Amino acid sequence: MSDLHSQTVAYSRDTMLPPVPPPRREAGAVRWLRENLFSGPLNIILTILAIWVLWLALRDVLPWAWRGIWNAGSISECRTIRDQLYGEGTSAACWAVIRARWQQLVFGFYPASELWRPPLALVVFLLAVLPILFADLPRRLLWLTAAAPFLIVWLLWGGPIWGPVAVALGFGLGWLAWRIVARAGGPLLGAVAAILVPVLYWIFVDAPLTAALARILPIGLTPVRSSDFGGFTLSIVIGLSGITLSLPLGILLALARRSEMFIISKVAVIYIEVIRGVPLIVWLLVAQVLLNYFLPSGTNFDILLRVIIMVTLFSSAYIAEVIRGGLAALPRGQYEAADALGLGYWQAMQLIVLPQALKISIPGIVNSFIGLFKDTTLVSIISLFDPMRMSSTIRATTEWGGIYWELYIFVAAVFFVFCFAMSRYSMWLEQRLERSHR
Amino acid sequence: MKRSVVLGTLALAGLAGAAQAATLDDVKARDALNCGVNPGLTGFAAPNAEGVWEGFDVDVCRAVAAAVLGDATKVNYVPLSGETRFTALAAGEVDLLARNSTWTFSRDTDLNLDFAGVNYYDGQGFLVPSALGVTSATELDGATVCIQTGTTTELNLADFFRVNNISYTPVPIANDAEGRQQYLAGACDTYTTDASGLASVRTTFENPEEHVILPEIISKEPLGPAVRHGDNDWADIARWTLNALIVAEELGVTSANVAEMAAAPTENPEINRLLGTEGEMGAMIGLDNQWAVRAIEATGNYGEIFERHLGESTPIGLARGLNAQWTNGGLLYAPPFR
Amino acid sequence: MTIAAEPPRQGFRPSQLLQDSRYRGLTIQVIALALLLALIAFLVRNLVVNLAALGKDFDFGFLGNRAGYDINQALIPYTNNDSHARAALVGILNTLLVAALGCVTATVVGVLAGVLRLSKNWLVGRLMTVYVEAFRNVPLLLWIVLVYAVLSESTPAPAAFRGEDAQASRLFGLIAFTNRGTYIPWPVWGEGAGVLGIVLLLSIAAAIGWRIYARRRQEATGRPLPVLWVTLAILVLPFLVVFVLLGAPVTLDVPTVRETGIARFDGGVNVLNSLVALWIALALYTGAFIAEIVRAGILSVSKGQTEAAFALGLRPGRTMRLVILPQALRVIVPPLISQYLNLTKNTSLAVAVGYADVRATLGGVTMNQTGRELESILLLGLFYLIVSLIISGVLNVYNQRIALKER
Repeated sequence: MSDLHSQTVAYSRDTMLPPVPPPRREAGAVRWLRENLFSGPLNIILTILAIWVLWLALRDVLPWAWRGIWNAGSISECRTIRDQLYGEGTSAACWAVIRARWQQLVFGFYPASELWRPPLALVVFLLAVLPILFADLPRRLLWLTAAAPFLIVWLLWGGPIWGPVAVALGFGLGWLAWRIVARAGGPLLGAVAAILVPVLYWIFVDAPLTAALARILPIGLTPVRSSDFGGFTLSIVIGLSGITLSLPLGILLALARRSEMFIISKVAVIYIEVIRGVPLIVWLLVAQVLLNYFLPSGTNFDILLRVIIMVTLFSSAYIAEVIRGGLAALPRGQYEAADALGLGYWQAMQLIVLPQALKISIPGIVNSFIGLFKDTTLVSIISLFDPMRMSSTIRATTEWGGIYWELYIFVAAVFFVFCFAMSRYSMWLEQRLERSHR
Repeated sequence: MKRSVVLGTLALAGLAGAAQAATLDDVKARDALNCGVNPGLTGFAAPNAEGVWEGFDVDVCRAVAAAVLGDATKVNYVPLSGETRFTALAAGEVDLLARNSTWTFSRDTDLNLDFAGVNYYDGQGFLVPSALGVTSATELDGATVCIQTGTTTELNLADFFRVNNISYTPVPIANDAEGRQQYLAGACDTYTTDASGLASVRTTFENPEEHVILPEIISKEPLGPAVRHGDNDWADIARWTLNALIVAEELGVTSANVAEMAAAPTENPEINRLLGTEGEMGAMIGLDNQWAVRAIEATGNYGEIFERHLGESTPIGLARGLNAQWTNGGLLYAPPFR
Repeated sequence: MTIAAEPPRQGFRPSQLLQDSRYRGLTIQVIALALLLALIAFLVRNLVVNLAALGKDFDFGFLGNRAGYDINQALIPYTNNDSHARAALVGILNTLLVAALGCVTATVVGVLAGVLRLSKNWLVGRLMTVYVEAFRNVPLLLWIVLVYAVLSESTPAPAAFRGEDAQASRLFGLIAFTNRGTYIPWPVWGEGAGVLGIVLLLSIAAAIGWRIYARRRQEATGRPLPVLWVTLAILVLPFLVVFVLLGAPVTLDVPTVRETGIARFDGGVNVLNSLVALWIALALYTGAFIAEIVRAGILSVSKGQTEAAFALGLRPGRTMRLVILPQALRVIVPPLISQYLNLTKNTSLAVAVGYADVRATLGGVTMNQTGRELESILLLGLFYLIVSLIISGVLNVYNQRIALKER
């Protein structure tokens, strides 16, 4: 057949031609440019517009930033140096302010000798989150997760180590009470005991015990006051504690909202809608101004704690909606399968529904966290020293009065790096979840 | 029946917290003074590069802490915005409010504050660029005015322009730093706030000589530390600590010589009473006899405080003016220590 | 979980309250309700005790007192002699104004950016990505402050508009961008303007009528009638004719700059820079989120739909309008409305630029001058809550209307 063919078609080539490069305009950079930038009249206009916008935005900013002066003690020194280097009145950034005050922008008024503590606390937090995010890690690491909150509080605020230990002991007591009483008198009595025992312990035993232990074995870190927290440390502390504390609350709210019990689901709905209907800044005003009115007279705890409580209550409503989405996304069969196995409500939730629903919700939770982290800048309005307020305060000193862009650009850049990284992570997670579903 | 039991339990839990007590006892029990300050006003209150609060108002906090607790560093500074300062004081968040607040009738009565005296006699002025060609505030017809919200200046401004029957457009701004940025960008023709503030703003300009402070002072702004209404003992402590600083300057007691003067009675019986070498003044306000010595040691007398933060040797460079001792033609006139 | 046909007939025993799943729910609810009521009673009791201790009462009478402060932007007549209640109303209107402006602009920006991000033009696509990421990942408060600073530093002062050869010039010779705000001409209603208004209303009604008629005709006969041009003609022509006949009853009040004294504009309307800054920042910030929503919405419509529409012979424009958009909107609109909700709540950040919104008047100066923080914050929260509930009510209605009717 092939023989025949080769003989009959005499004009056919019997050798392969060497490949010819594509025409100039169809290859390399030129082709790329043609296809991506100049493929039609509309596209050409768009490209020119885009270049014009870029030029407008960068024309003045880049030289200004590039000429920036890094070594100066005050803005007037900056101006002198600038006048010497580039001539009078040239625009040049004064990055020296970042160099001089970066510590305050990052750590606030945290004592200089203790600066290792906040980063270490962050590392502990990240380590504690790992076993939750990656199921392949040994389960024993969950103990670290359980201990982390106490460790982090101790690292950040300092004081004798016995304070957090004694509080943690309360949880241990509660668990013990649950085990003993539940076996003897049923789960309801057990639950009552599990709440009552630790509460009584915290009210009456905790403080004397801490004091006694501290006297016997004085191990501790230098105490740091909440008012010394500032800058990005403050944002991260508020953001992370808000989101972690609001998780359990949010799960409960989401379950309550989907509950078939009328009163419980309505209470959850009202709570969620009221919290979400009012801006965070109003809630912060409530924390600053009104909370004391609603507590027994004379109780007074510091503003940072009040803000964290308020932020937790606030974000729990948003987390509840995220988790409700996760619960709704679970196929009905999962619920029915749990019923078919004869599992009770809590068993079904704990073993079947929540593990899956939470997994689906993680990207949403990360997104909520990004939102919350950005919203921590609002505390500047109630005079907490977040990076924004810190910038204003630095601008109020005699050395740096009148400086503006440099501080805000720095703050914006740091926020961008954090939030962008997290949003990429959440997108990656979403894609991975999508794949594992198929 | 059931509800009252629940309430009872909760009330008991509440009692375990803290009962309403006198501010002095609270401060002593806490071993720290909660002092409300401005979150950043040059010369009056701002943290330095080390994060230590400094300023004219801050020194009032330090003096009171030194008098009450024996240590000027035992102060928790609570920065408060103009809008929330009084509520923070009323809510018990701070024991003393030293945040350049003007003593007015309604604040003293309706807002339940007690002003402990005046530590700075100020007045509201106008800062304008020389290029505007205005030499008097009455020529400001049609001007756009930058003004901080939540302050008495806002009300004074409205009054001033109404009395003079001229018009203006207010540009409200959130804080002093925003104010100077907006003013420098030309978003307003004039920036108005307390004259002391204007002077300190002007010093940070690139070309201070291109801006002038108009001669008119349109209001009386007696700035002073405030305490909650109703706790007279605590108000006495704040009032007389401030008076001690003022009278110390009058009597020539400084941070340098106070230890020496307090070591043994001097010729002047008023100095002796002030420094506790004669009589029992301290006990009358619930403190020991060395309270004023500690306050003066910690911060210096009024004149020293002024020179350190606002005076002519500082970039702000304010003259004493109304804030000179009455003997020098000023308004500082501390009641006698007797 | 066994379902007995006949539950054992026994008298009610108290232990059933805990053991029997029929009653357990009830028990739990009663306990929860009791706890909740106890908590509320506890809080209210503290409130009463604390207010009594401070010598304060709970009274909204302060709203009737003289406010005494000026507001630089009032949509209704307001002077410092008016009451706090009126000041609060001015603030509410200002909040609603910036929220409405922001929502409209954010939608336009978001749709544009969302579509352009899908553009084949590499540069434009990248630029839009940078825009979206920059705005989504930096706090809104920072953007508001930055936009405000850019506005006040990049625009000329009113003095620059003075004289014959002014340094600065106006857009179309009418609109002046200054560092105080944007001065725009404003129509002045002269005699006979009412007639003009009636004519305008009538032509709008006629235009709507024409559209309905055109659609009916198309459905009946399959022939499309020209809609756009006819509508435009109906709207513009009668108006112009009456306008000329009546001798131009509406004139434009063009802002003019004062040549002597302090430079300022008189006449027209001044759109304050604080409003513009807040507006732009809110629109760009929310627009970045909307862009993502729009992009996801368009990508959610499968390519087969487009191909099917082309196969039916529909042209690209109609494909977009009749096939893609209706399906994409179903995905886009719910999150879009919740972005509107966010934007409305975010207007409370106006404090950063001193825009006189309701938080600045009622929750700011009024609260500070009167010391009525409890009442003020309560009213403030209530206002935002009502607005939010209205918006989410709209969302629910829409969701019900577009819910897939599965057969």
